Amino acid sequence: MAERKVLVYTRFNRLWHWSQAASILVLLFTGLRIMGLHGVLTFGLAVTIHSVVAVALMLLWAFTAFWLLTTGTWRQFAPRRAGLWQVARFYAWGVFRGEEHPYRKVLRRRHNPLQALAYLALKVLLFPAVFLSGIAYLGYGLWDDLDPSGWAIWAVANIHILTAFAIGSFVVAHVYLLTVGHGFREHVKPMLTGFETVDLTPEQEAYLAAEEPRRLKP
Amino acid sequence: MPPTNRAMRLLAWAFWVAAAMAAPAQAQEAPAVPGSGSTADHSKFPALKGPFSSGLEVTQACLSCHTEAGDQVMHTLHWTWDYTHAETGQKLGKSSVINSFCGNVGSNEARCTSCHAGYGWTDVRQPPPSDPARVDCLACHDRSGQYTKLDNMAGHPPLEPVPAGAKTITGADAKPVDLARAAQSVGAPGRDNCGNCHFYGGGGDNVKHGDLSSALIRPDLATDVHMSPEGGNFTCQTCHVTEDHRVAGSRYAVEAKDIVDAHLLGQPRDAATCESCHGNRPHAATPTGMKLNDHTDRVACQTCHIPSFARGGVATKTLWDWSTAGKFKDGKPFAEEEFTQSDGQHLHTYLSTKGNFEWAENVVPFYGWFNGTVEYTTAETVFDPSLPVEINRLEGSAADPDARIWPFKQMVGRQAFDTERNVLLHSQVYGPQTDTAFWTNFDWSKALQAAAHYMGTDYSGKFDFVDTQMYWPITHMVAPAEDALKCGACHRPEGRMAGITGVYIPGTGLPPGGIIGLALLAMAVAGVAGHGLLRLLGRKGKGAHHG
Repeated sequence: MAERKVLVYTRFNRLWHWSQAASILVLLFTGLRIMGLHGVLTFGLAVTIHSVVAVALMLLWAFTAFWLLTTGTWRQFAPRRAGLWQVARFYAWGVFRGEEHPYRKVLRRRHNPLQALAYLALKVLLFPAVFLSGIAYLGYGLWDDLDPSGWAIWAVANIHILTAFAIGSFVVAHVYLLTVGHGFREHVKPMLTGFETVDLTPEQEAYLAAEEPRRLKP
Repeated sequence: MPPTNRAMRLLAWAFWVAAAMAAPAQAQEAPAVPGSGSTADHSKFPALKGPFSSGLEVTQACLSCHTEAGDQVMHTLHWTWDYTHAETGQKLGKSSVINSFCGNVGSNEARCTSCHAGYGWTDVRQPPPSDPARVDCLACHDRSGQYTKLDNMAGHPPLEPVPAGAKTITGADAKPVDLARAAQSVGAPGRDNCGNCHFYGGGGDNVKHGDLSSALIRPDLATDVHMSPEGGNFTCQTCHVTEDHRVAGSRYAVEAKDIVDAHLLGQPRDAATCESCHGNRPHAATPTGMKLNDHTDRVACQTCHIPSFARGGVATKTLWDWSTAGKFKDGKPFAEEEFTQSDGQHLHTYLSTKGNFEWAENVVPFYGWFNGTVEYTTAETVFDPSLPVEINRLEGSAADPDARIWPFKQMVGRQAFDTERNVLLHSQVYGPQTDTAFWTNFDWSKALQAAAHYMGTDYSGKFDFVDTQMYWPITHMVAPAEDALKCGACHRPEGRMAGITGVYIPGTGLPPGGIIGLALLAMAVAGVAGHGLLRLLGRKGKGAHHG
């Protein structure tokens, strides 16, 4: 096993991450405005931006889902129990005592088990919930005749808002965890450059050196 | 050849050349089309030469050609003042209802029927006189601008000699009408024709409706985008399409939600709705426009596009308290003029004859669900006098698919009622020759007794005054698009929809999902902060390098 700097976040991966991050921030900001929690924009402008960015993000998400499935990247997010307890114990205890992070990144698993589980929950629970409720909300004009009491749109709105706050909470934890371990800058850098320090098996190193030399930093 | 002669010839030659060149142009120029939109010039009709000694004689002249016109008018609400509501079965119409302004027509006839589209209806307990010659053609069709009706002569115009102090239905000093000039001027009604009655309902300019005032005779664009000469220059019947003298549009059975087949747009319809011309999805297919189009099934066009009523400089009466009428100062009836209109005119805030008033300009409407049906509190409707009585209850709710959120003028009143029977009472206010009418004798018990007797209603003899509310749909004074309400007018806490129930309106307050969500976010922030603090303490304690 050798620690090498390897390109693990491809260009599409990084573009996906940052445009998604920017979209989520814009959606949270405009969403808070629509709820009346701040007054920076007019309500109409906030709704327009919220709707347009939401549609753009859903398109991006559709591309991403396609990319995850066709490239096999989805395996990065598959849940597994091995190491989960150690990571959880680290965040709850070891981190306060200056212990080393128990997880070593490998090429096939760039996320620690807890991270992978959190991202999976985001992808299969929160995002679909917010997208589906958002689509229902946006397209209310098409099905409002099925909802004479107005109960359904109330439920849709509440699901949408609650899920959005859950995503907001994820963003808070996500950004905070960047400060754990080697520090904020060190953790953000790989998502900018694409290169991350991972443990490579001799076979992986030999393969990359021969077939994809550009993914290896000398 | 003398030089002068040559010069003359040259001049003549130049003239002929010029004439020859001009001739073809002259030949092509068509003569002006006569009649200005009509095939008849009424000033050329011998029948209309006059002189006429009464309105009836003019009508007879009209009927000599327009043989069916009188009969047609006599089939309309303008004539019958009688309307039986198809849904509620209530007998409504001006001859029956009690409103929160002057009250009721019965026992006040010659005054109230001054705006009847006829001559001489002096007893509304009976239908109007069944005589086509008694139809008032000129009220609607005079285009000379000098025809009018006296305010107390059951519809007759002021003729020579006009009694001293006589007033017209618009409150102006009465001048003798030249009937022949009026007869020869006839044409399609202008805004002023309709306005002479409809702008002055309730006893003065814009008193009643709030969105119908003399400001609409020549409105600027900001006051009414359709009726302004700078805009559509519409007359009333551009929207209130008429057929056989029947005018589209009703305040008793409003077309509150008009679903229009988009393929039939532009075809003649007799519904006086915005949708008749604009359709149900009138906004452009932009993100904002599509969102606005999604509103049209639950929000009436007027709700956003008439941001306030009583615009254009004419105030409307918003409160009329009859209970204070009858006070004297120094033994005499008196008046107070505490309200100043934007044009500087002072308006009555107290009259011994009528009680207290309040006025307002640029009024934010009252909003409510409305499916078009109104149910009146008639002289037979028993109510609970401890609550404000709704003179005309609006039907509709969020659960009613035919209802939309509409803007209204909410009129606040205080009116006489029978404390034994808990019903509204008719009142006789007008009657200069009587010893019972309130405006002459200032005695409620006599005025109420006389009206009850006249109308044939039971009256216990005991009366008091009850708070009332009346609703007037706001549909005129459509503002230019840029003045329409912005989203934030309603989508905010305590916004314009504050009184609307049964529908989820984003932005009006945090729903449960938002409250739980905020709590979740707060916990995340607190958890992260606590975690960070513990790490900081741990690092200090251990002097560790990581964390």
